[in-house]
Amino acid sequence: MFRKSFSTAAKALDGLVQDGMLIASGGFGLCGIPEQLILALRDSGAKDLTVVSNNAGVDDWGMGLLLQTRQVKKMVSSYVGENAEFERQFLGGELELEFTPQGTLAERLRAGGAGIAAFYTRTGAGTVVADGKETRVFDGHEHILEAGIRADLALVKAWKGDEAGNLIYRQTARNFNPAVAMSGTVTIAEVEELVPTGTLDPDQVHTPGIFVDRIVQTVSEKRIENRTVSPA
Amino acid sequence: MPWTRDDIAARAARELQDGFYVNLGIGMPTLVANHVPDGMTVWLQSENGLLGMGPFPADADVDADLINAGKQTVTAVDGASFFGSHESFAMIRGGHINLAILGAMEISQEGDIANWMIPGKLVKGMGGAMDLVAGVQRVVVMMDHCNKKGAPKLIPECTLPLTGRHCIDMLITDLGVLEMNTEARRFELIELAPGVTVDDVLERTTAEVLVAESVTAH
Repeated sequence: MFRKSFSTAAKALDGLVQDGMLIASGGFGLCGIPEQLILALRDSGAKDLTVVSNNAGVDDWGMGLLLQTRQVKKMVSSYVGENAEFERQFLGGELELEFTPQGTLAERLRAGGAGIAAFYTRTGAGTVVADGKETRVFDGHEHILEAGIRADLALVKAWKGDEAGNLIYRQTARNFNPAVAMSGTVTIAEVEELVPTGTLDPDQVHTPGIFVDRIVQTVSEKRIENRTVSPA
Repeated sequence: MPWTRDDIAARAARELQDGFYVNLGIGMPTLVANHVPDGMTVWLQSENGLLGMGPFPADADVDADLINAGKQTVTAVDGASFFGSHESFAMIRGGHINLAILGAMEISQEGDIANWMIPGKLVKGMGGAMDLVAGVQRVVVMMDHCNKKGAPKLIPECTLPLTGRHCIDMLITDLGVLEMNTEARRFELIELAPGVTVDDVLERTTAEVLVAESVTAH
Protein backbone atom coordinates (compact mmCIF):
# COMPACT_ATOMS: atom_id res chain seq x y z
CA MET A 1 0.00 0.00 0.00
CA PHE A 2 1.25 3.49 -0.86
CA ARG A 3 2.03 5.33 2.33
CA LYS A 4 2.79 9.00 2.88
CA SER A 5 3.68 8.73 6.54
CA PHE A 6 7.22 8.36 7.85
CA SER A 7 8.36 7.61 11.38
CA THR A 8 10.93 10.40 11.77
CA ALA A 9 11.70 13.76 10.20
CA ALA A 10 15.03 12.41 8.93
CA LYS A 11 13.30 9.51 7.17
CA ALA A 12 10.71 11.86 5.71
CA LEU A 13 13.54 13.89 4.14
CA ASP A 14 15.50 10.86 2.98
CA GLY A 15 16.29 10.87 -0.74
CA LEU A 16 14.77 14.28 -1.37
CA VAL A 17 17.52 16.70 -0.39
CA GLN A 18 20.18 17.94 -2.78
CA ASP A 19 22.77 20.70 -2.68
CA GLY A 20 21.67 23.92 -4.34
CA MET A 21 17.95 23.25 -4.19
CA LEU A 22 15.22 25.82 -3.60
CA ILE A 23 13.42 25.07 -0.35
CA ALA A 24 10.27 26.89 0.82
CA SER A 25 9.33 26.80 4.48
CA GLY A 26 6.17 27.79 6.31
CA GLY A 27 6.05 29.81 9.50
CA PHE A 28 5.88 33.39 10.74
CA GLY A 29 8.61 34.22 13.21
CA LEU A 30 8.95 31.00 15.18
CA CYS A 31 5.20 30.33 14.99
CA GLY A 32 4.16 27.41 12.79
CA ILE A 33 7.67 26.59 11.55
CA PRO A 34 8.48 23.00 10.54
CA GLU A 35 11.02 22.91 13.33
CA GLN A 36 11.88 19.21 13.35
CA LEU A 37 12.19 19.08 9.54
CA ILE A 38 14.55 22.06 9.70
CA LEU A 39 16.69 20.17 12.24
CA ALA A 40 16.70 17.15 9.94
CA LEU A 41 17.58 19.35 6.98
CA ARG A 42 20.52 20.73 8.94
CA ASP A 43 21.65 17.21 9.78
CA SER A 44 21.38 16.20 6.11
CA GLY A 45 24.35 18.47 5.43
CA ALA A 46 22.83 19.87 2.23
CA LYS A 47 24.46 23.14 1.24
CA ASP A 48 24.17 26.11 -1.14
CA LEU A 49 20.45 26.16 -0.44
CA THR A 50 18.09 28.92 -1.49
CA VAL A 51 15.53 29.24 1.27
CA VAL A 52 12.17 30.96 0.81
CA SER A 53 10.82 31.78 4.25
CA ASN A 54 9.07 34.88 5.54
CA ASN A 55 11.63 35.17 8.35
CA ALA A 56 15.05 33.71 9.06
CA GLY A 57 14.36 32.36 12.53
CA VAL A 58 16.54 33.37 15.46
CA ASP A 59 20.21 32.53 15.99
CA ASP A 60 19.63 29.13 17.55
CA TRP A 61 16.23 28.03 16.25
CA GLY A 62 14.32 27.70 13.03
CA MET A 63 16.11 28.76 9.85
CA GLY A 64 18.79 30.35 12.00
CA LEU A 65 20.17 26.84 12.50
CA LEU A 66 20.92 26.52 8.78
CA LEU A 67 22.63 29.90 8.79
CA GLN A 68 24.88 28.88 11.66
CA THR A 69 26.09 25.91 9.64
CA ARG A 70 26.37 28.01 6.47
CA GLN A 71 24.11 25.75 4.47
CA VAL A 72 22.18 28.69 3.03
CA LYS A 73 23.42 30.56 -0.04
CA LYS A 74 20.42 32.83 -0.42
CA MET A 75 17.33 33.83 1.56
CA VAL A 76 14.07 35.11 0.09
CA SER A 77 12.23 36.81 2.95
CA SER A 78 10.17 39.83 3.93
CA TYR A 79 11.69 40.46 7.36
CA VAL A 80 14.87 39.14 8.97
CA GLY A 81 15.32 41.51 11.91
CA GLU A 82 15.49 38.87 14.61
CA ASN A 83 18.71 37.17 13.62
CA ALA A 84 22.19 38.47 14.47
CA GLU A 85 24.01 35.70 12.58
CA PHE A 86 22.01 36.62 9.50
CA GLU A 87 23.18 40.20 9.90
CA ARG A 88 26.80 39.16 10.24
CA GLN A 89 26.78 36.90 7.16
CA PHE A 90 24.81 39.38 5.05
CA LEU A 91 27.04 42.34 5.88
CA GLY A 92 30.08 40.10 5.26
CA GLY A 93 28.82 39.31 1.77
CA GLU A 94 28.52 35.60 2.57
CA LEU A 95 24.77 35.47 2.15
CA GLU A 96 22.50 36.68 -0.64
CA LEU A 97 19.19 38.22 0.28
CA GLU A 98 16.10 38.93 -1.78
CA PHE A 99 13.60 41.07 0.09
CA THR A 100 10.05 40.46 -1.03
CA PRO A 101 7.04 42.26 0.48
CA GLN A 102 5.16 39.86 2.72
CA GLY A 103 1.95 39.79 0.69
CA THR A 104 3.90 39.45 -2.54
CA LEU A 105 5.83 36.54 -1.01
CA ALA A 106 2.64 34.74 0.03
CA GLU A 107 1.09 35.31 -3.37
CA ARG A 108 4.26 34.25 -5.23
CA LEU A 109 4.13 30.92 -3.38
CA ARG A 110 0.39 30.50 -3.93
CA ALA A 111 0.73 31.44 -7.60
CA GLY A 112 3.67 29.08 -8.13
CA GLY A 113 1.64 26.26 -6.69
CA ALA A 114 -1.40 27.21 -8.76
CA GLY A 115 0.43 27.29 -12.08
CA ILE A 116 0.38 31.07 -12.34
CA ALA A 117 3.77 32.06 -13.77
CA ALA A 118 3.54 35.69 -12.68
CA PHE A 119 1.07 38.36 -11.61
CA TYR A 120 0.76 42.15 -11.45
CA THR A 121 0.47 43.90 -8.11
CA ARG A 122 0.53 47.50 -6.88
CA THR A 123 2.68 46.49 -3.91
CA GLY A 124 6.19 47.88 -4.29
CA ALA A 125 5.45 50.08 -7.31
CA GLY A 126 7.72 53.12 -7.27
CA THR A 127 10.10 51.51 -4.74
CA VAL A 128 13.34 49.55 -4.97
CA VAL A 129 11.24 46.39 -5.13
CA ALA A 130 10.21 47.44 -8.64
CA ASP A 131 13.81 47.70 -9.89
CA GLY A 132 14.31 45.56 -12.97
CA LYS A 133 10.68 44.42 -13.08
CA GLU A 134 8.14 44.98 -15.82
CA THR A 135 5.47 47.54 -14.97
CA ARG A 136 2.03 48.15 -16.38
CA VAL A 137 -0.75 50.59 -15.55
CA PHE A 138 -4.16 49.21 -14.60
CA ASP A 139 -6.99 51.56 -13.58
CA GLY A 140 -4.55 54.45 -13.46
CA HIS A 141 -2.19 52.75 -11.01
CA GLU A 142 1.25 51.38 -11.72
CA HIS A 143 1.61 47.66 -11.07
CA ILE A 144 4.73 45.51 -11.10
CA LEU A 145 5.13 41.99 -12.44
CA GLU A 146 6.09 39.45 -9.78
CA ALA A 147 7.00 35.84 -10.56
CA GLY A 148 5.45 32.81 -8.93
CA ILE A 149 7.71 30.56 -6.86
CA ARG A 150 7.85 26.84 -7.46
CA ALA A 151 9.96 25.21 -4.76
CA ASP A 152 11.97 22.03 -5.29
CA LEU A 153 11.03 21.07 -1.77
CA ALA A 154 8.44 22.57 0.57
CA LEU A 155 8.41 22.07 4.34
CA VAL A 156 5.30 22.85 6.36
CA LYS A 157 3.99 22.49 9.89
CA ALA A 158 0.39 21.62 10.75
CA TRP A 159 -1.56 20.72 13.86
CA LYS A 160 -3.28 17.60 12.62
CA GLY A 161 -2.82 15.50 9.54
CA ASP A 162 -3.78 12.08 8.23
CA GLU A 163 -2.22 9.37 6.08
CA ALA A 164 -3.91 10.89 3.02
CA GLY A 165 -1.91 14.07 3.64
CA ASN A 166 -4.84 16.27 4.63
CA LEU A 167 -3.80 19.04 7.01
CA ILE A 168 -5.48 21.19 9.63
CA TYR A 169 -3.58 24.13 11.09
CA ARG A 170 -4.11 25.76 14.45
CA GLN A 171 -4.68 29.50 15.02
CA THR A 172 -1.96 31.80 13.65
CA ALA A 173 0.40 28.85 13.16
CA ARG A 174 -1.29 28.51 9.76
CA ASN A 175 0.34 31.65 8.27
CA PHE A 176 2.49 30.77 5.22
CA ASN A 177 2.02 27.02 5.49
CA PRO A 178 -0.92 26.54 3.06
CA ALA A 179 0.74 28.58 0.31
CA VAL A 180 4.11 26.90 0.91
CA ALA A 181 2.48 23.46 0.74
CA MET A 182 1.06 24.32 -2.68
CA SER A 183 4.40 25.66 -3.95
CA GLY A 184 6.35 22.45 -3.49
CA THR A 185 7.27 20.06 -6.28
CA VAL A 186 7.59 17.77 -3.27
CA THR A 187 5.99 18.81 0.02
CA ILE A 188 6.65 17.35 3.46
CA ALA A 189 4.39 18.14 6.41
CA GLU A 190 5.26 17.72 10.06
CA VAL A 191 2.23 17.45 12.33
CA GLU A 192 1.64 17.36 16.04
CA GLU A 193 -0.92 14.63 15.64
CA LEU A 194 -1.12 12.08 12.83
CA VAL A 195 -4.65 10.67 12.92
CA PRO A 196 -6.18 7.70 11.07
CA THR A 197 -7.54 8.51 7.62
CA GLY A 198 -11.25 9.18 7.89
CA THR A 199 -11.16 10.89 11.26
CA LEU A 200 -10.61 14.45 9.98
CA ASP A 201 -13.85 16.14 8.97
CA PRO A 202 -13.41 16.87 5.23
CA ASP A 203 -15.21 20.19 5.74
CA GLN A 204 -12.48 21.28 8.15
CA VAL A 205 -9.43 20.37 6.06
CA HIS A 206 -7.28 23.43 5.27
CA THR A 207 -4.73 21.82 2.93
CA PRO A 208 -6.05 18.92 0.84
CA GLY A 209 -3.80 15.87 0.75
CA ILE A 210 -2.92 16.28 -2.93
CA PHE A 211 -0.47 19.03 -1.90
CA VAL A 212 1.32 16.82 0.63
CA ASP A 213 3.67 14.02 -0.45
CA ARG A 214 5.08 12.97 2.90
CA ILE A 215 3.91 13.43 6.46
CA VAL A 216 5.56 12.85 9.81
CA GLN A 217 4.36 13.21 13.38
CA THR A 218 6.83 15.07 15.58
CA VAL A 219 7.05 16.50 19.06
CA SER A 220 7.23 20.29 18.71
CA GLU A 221 9.00 22.61 21.08
CA LYS A 222 6.96 25.54 19.81
CA ARG A 223 9.25 28.24 21.13
CA ILE A 224 7.77 31.67 21.83
CA GLU A 225 9.71 34.59 20.40
CA ASN A 226 8.08 37.46 22.25
CA ARG A 227 6.05 36.34 25.24
CA THR A 228 3.75 39.23 26.13
CA VAL A 229 1.08 39.12 28.82
CA SER A 230 -1.54 41.49 30.20
CA PRO A 231 -0.72 43.22 33.47
CA ALA A 232 -2.10 40.98 36.22
CA MET B 1 1.36 71.88 24.47
CA PRO B 2 2.14 69.25 21.83
CA TRP B 3 0.32 65.97 21.97
CA THR B 4 1.82 62.98 23.79
CA ARG B 5 2.04 59.60 22.09
CA ASP B 6 -1.18 58.67 23.83
CA ASP B 7 -2.86 61.88 22.65
CA ILE B 8 -1.79 61.09 19.09
CA ALA B 9 -3.26 57.60 19.45
CA ALA B 10 -6.50 59.05 20.82
CA ARG B 11 -6.71 61.42 17.84
CA ALA B 12 -6.01 58.56 15.44
CA ALA B 13 -8.81 56.55 17.09
CA ARG B 14 -11.24 59.25 15.94
CA GLU B 15 -10.64 57.99 12.39
CA LEU B 16 -12.21 54.64 13.37
CA GLN B 17 -15.80 53.90 12.43
CA ASP B 18 -18.21 51.29 13.74
CA GLY B 19 -17.67 47.99 11.93
CA PHE B 20 -14.27 48.94 10.49
CA TYR B 21 -11.59 46.37 9.69
CA VAL B 22 -8.30 47.94 10.77
CA ASN B 23 -4.63 47.05 10.65
CA LEU B 24 -2.42 48.74 13.26
CA GLY B 25 1.31 48.87 12.57
CA ILE B 26 3.94 47.75 15.04
CA GLY B 27 4.97 50.32 17.69
CA MET B 28 3.06 53.53 18.45
CA PRO B 29 0.00 52.61 16.31
CA THR B 30 -0.78 49.68 18.65
CA LEU B 31 -1.75 52.32 21.26
CA VAL B 32 -4.82 53.13 19.15
CA ALA B 33 -6.41 49.88 20.35
CA ASN B 34 -6.68 51.44 23.83
CA HIS B 35 -8.86 54.25 22.48
CA VAL B 36 -11.62 52.41 20.62
CA PRO B 37 -14.82 54.08 21.89
CA ASP B 38 -17.17 52.00 24.04
CA GLY B 39 -19.91 50.42 21.99
CA MET B 40 -17.94 50.59 18.73
CA THR B 41 -17.03 47.35 16.97
CA VAL B 42 -13.59 47.46 15.35
CA TRP B 43 -12.00 44.30 13.98
CA LEU B 44 -8.23 44.41 14.32
CA GLN B 45 -6.40 42.50 11.61
CA SER B 46 -2.98 41.02 12.23
CA GLU B 47 -1.36 40.22 8.90
CA ASN B 48 0.06 36.91 10.06
CA GLY B 49 -3.46 35.53 9.82
CA LEU B 50 -5.88 36.82 12.46
CA LEU B 51 -8.98 38.98 12.14
CA GLY B 52 -10.36 39.92 15.55
CA MET B 53 -7.19 40.37 17.57
CA GLY B 54 -7.72 40.83 21.31
CA PRO B 55 -5.50 42.03 24.15
CA PHE B 56 -2.39 40.30 25.44
CA PRO B 57 -3.24 37.07 27.28
CA ALA B 58 -3.11 36.37 31.00
CA ASP B 59 0.04 34.45 31.86
CA ALA B 60 -1.84 31.14 32.07
CA ASP B 61 -3.42 31.64 28.64
CA VAL B 62 -0.23 32.22 26.62
CA ASP B 63 -0.31 30.07 23.47
CA ALA B 64 2.67 29.72 21.13
CA ASP B 65 0.28 29.31 18.20
CA LEU B 66 -1.43 32.66 18.75
CA ILE B 67 0.74 35.67 18.01
CA ASN B 68 0.48 39.05 16.30
CA ALA B 69 2.60 40.51 13.50
CA GLY B 70 5.10 41.73 16.12
CA LYS B 71 5.47 38.08 17.21
CA GLN B 72 3.89 38.94 20.57
CA THR B 73 1.50 36.48 22.18
CA VAL B 74 -2.09 37.77 21.88
CA THR B 75 -5.70 36.59 22.16
CA ALA B 76 -8.58 36.33 19.70
CA VAL B 77 -11.96 37.98 20.40
CA ASP B 78 -15.38 36.36 19.90
CA GLY B 79 -16.07 36.37 16.19
CA ALA B 80 -12.40 36.17 15.23
CA SER B 81 -11.10 34.10 12.34
CA PHE B 82 -7.76 32.58 11.36
CA PHE B 83 -6.44 32.21 7.81
CA GLY B 84 -3.29 31.79 5.78
CA SER B 85 -0.92 34.62 4.82
CA HIS B 86 -2.05 34.51 1.18
CA GLU B 87 -5.64 35.10 2.29
CA SER B 88 -4.58 37.71 4.84
CA PHE B 89 -2.86 39.71 2.13
CA ALA B 90 -5.83 39.24 -0.18
CA MET B 91 -7.71 41.24 2.46
CA ILE B 92 -4.97 43.88 2.49
CA ARG B 93 -4.06 44.05 -1.21
CA GLY B 94 -7.64 43.53 -2.34
CA GLY B 95 -8.78 46.72 -0.63
CA HIS B 96 -10.95 44.98 1.97
CA ILE B 97 -9.27 46.58 4.99
CA ASN B 98 -10.86 49.95 5.74
CA LEU B 99 -7.97 51.60 7.54
CA ALA B 100 -4.30 51.11 8.29
CA ILE B 101 -2.53 53.19 10.92
CA LEU B 102 1.25 53.09 10.57
CA GLY B 103 4.40 54.78 11.79
CA ALA B 104 6.88 56.47 9.46
CA MET B 105 10.45 57.78 9.28
CA GLU B 106 9.72 60.26 6.48
CA ILE B 107 6.64 61.50 4.62
CA SER B 108 6.91 63.53 1.42
CA GLN B 109 4.69 66.45 0.53
CA GLU B 110 2.95 64.30 -2.10
CA GLY B 111 2.14 61.54 0.38
CA ASP B 112 5.02 59.16 -0.23
CA ILE B 113 6.14 57.18 2.80
CA ALA B 114 9.51 55.78 3.87
CA ASN B 115 9.38 53.54 6.91
CA TRP B 116 11.39 50.38 6.28
CA MET B 117 15.03 51.03 5.53
CA ILE B 118 17.87 53.32 6.59
CA PRO B 119 20.85 53.04 4.22
CA GLY B 120 24.02 52.05 6.02
CA LYS B 121 22.12 50.38 8.81
CA LEU B 122 21.08 46.77 8.85
CA VAL B 123 18.10 46.28 6.61
CA LYS B 124 15.53 44.24 8.45
CA GLY B 125 12.98 44.10 5.66
CA MET B 126 9.68 45.67 4.73
CA GLY B 127 7.50 42.90 6.13
CA GLY B 128 3.92 43.74 5.15
CA ALA B 129 4.33 47.52 5.06
CA MET B 130 4.48 47.86 1.25
CA ASP B 131 1.36 45.73 0.89
CA LEU B 132 -0.51 47.78 3.48
CA VAL B 133 0.24 51.18 1.98
CA ALA B 134 -0.54 49.94 -1.55
CA GLY B 135 -3.75 48.09 -0.78
CA VAL B 136 -5.64 49.41 2.23
CA GLN B 137 -8.52 51.82 1.55
CA ARG B 138 -7.20 54.61 3.77
CA VAL B 139 -3.74 54.96 5.29
CA VAL B 140 -3.14 57.16 8.33
CA VAL B 141 0.36 57.80 9.65
CA MET B 142 1.08 58.73 13.24
CA MET B 143 4.57 59.98 14.06
CA ASP B 144 6.55 62.67 15.83
CA HIS B 145 6.65 65.78 13.67
CA CYS B 146 10.46 65.90 13.87
CA ASN B 147 13.02 63.15 14.39
CA LYS B 148 15.15 62.74 17.50
CA LYS B 149 17.68 65.25 16.13
CA GLY B 150 14.92 67.82 15.65
CA ALA B 151 14.87 67.57 11.85
CA PRO B 152 11.52 67.68 10.06
CA LYS B 153 10.05 64.36 8.90
CA LEU B 154 7.45 65.95 6.59
CA ILE B 155 9.73 66.95 3.75
CA PRO B 156 9.58 67.76 0.02
CA GLU B 157 10.95 64.38 -1.13
CA CYS B 158 11.79 61.34 0.96
CA THR B 159 15.53 60.76 1.24
CA LEU B 160 15.13 57.19 2.50
CA PRO B 161 14.02 54.32 0.23
CA LEU B 162 10.26 54.45 -0.26
CA THR B 163 7.67 52.06 1.11
CA GLY B 164 5.07 53.46 -1.27
CA ARG B 165 4.20 56.48 -3.42
CA HIS B 166 1.19 58.76 -3.13
CA CYS B 167 -0.42 56.53 -0.56
CA ILE B 168 -0.79 58.48 2.70
CA ASP B 169 -4.22 60.00 3.36
CA MET B 170 -3.68 61.58 6.77
CA LEU B 171 -0.78 62.47 9.02
CA ILE B 172 -1.19 62.84 12.79
CA THR B 173 1.82 64.20 14.68
CA ASP B 174 2.47 65.67 18.09
CA LEU B 175 1.74 69.11 16.58
CA GLY B 176 -1.51 68.46 14.75
CA VAL B 177 -3.34 66.78 11.89
CA LEU B 178 -2.70 67.11 8.16
CA GLU B 179 -4.97 65.61 5.54
CA MET B 180 -4.02 64.90 1.93
CA ASN B 181 -5.73 67.25 -0.49
CA THR B 182 -5.72 64.96 -3.50
CA GLU B 183 -6.46 67.74 -6.00
CA ALA B 184 -3.51 69.84 -4.90
CA ARG B 185 -1.50 66.67 -4.02
CA ARG B 186 -0.36 68.43 -0.85
CA PHE B 187 -1.13 67.90 2.81
CA GLU B 188 -3.46 70.44 4.38
CA LEU B 189 -3.12 71.37 8.04
CA ILE B 190 -6.59 70.88 9.51
CA GLU B 191 -6.04 70.67 13.29
CA LEU B 192 -3.52 71.85 15.84
CA ALA B 193 -2.57 70.35 19.18
CA PRO B 194 -3.42 72.64 22.15
CA GLY B 195 -1.14 75.66 22.32
CA VAL B 196 0.51 74.87 18.99
CA THR B 197 0.34 77.57 16.31
CA VAL B 198 0.30 77.31 12.54
CA ASP B 199 3.76 78.89 12.55
CA ASP B 200 5.02 76.24 14.98
CA VAL B 201 4.01 73.58 12.44
CA LEU B 202 5.36 75.42 9.40
CA GLU B 203 8.70 76.10 11.10
CA ARG B 204 9.10 72.36 11.64
CA THR B 205 7.99 71.34 8.14
CA THR B 206 10.09 71.64 4.99
CA ALA B 207 7.36 70.16 2.80
CA GLU B 208 5.03 72.51 1.00
CA VAL B 209 1.73 72.29 2.86
CA LEU B 210 -1.67 73.99 2.73
CA VAL B 211 -3.33 75.48 5.79
CA ALA B 212 -7.07 75.08 6.11
CA GLU B 213 -8.95 78.29 6.92
CA SER B 214 -10.82 76.43 9.61
CA VAL B 215 -7.71 75.26 11.42
CA THR B 216 -8.24 75.76 15.13
CA ALA B 217 -6.71 74.47 18.33
CA HIS B 218 -8.33 71.40 19.83
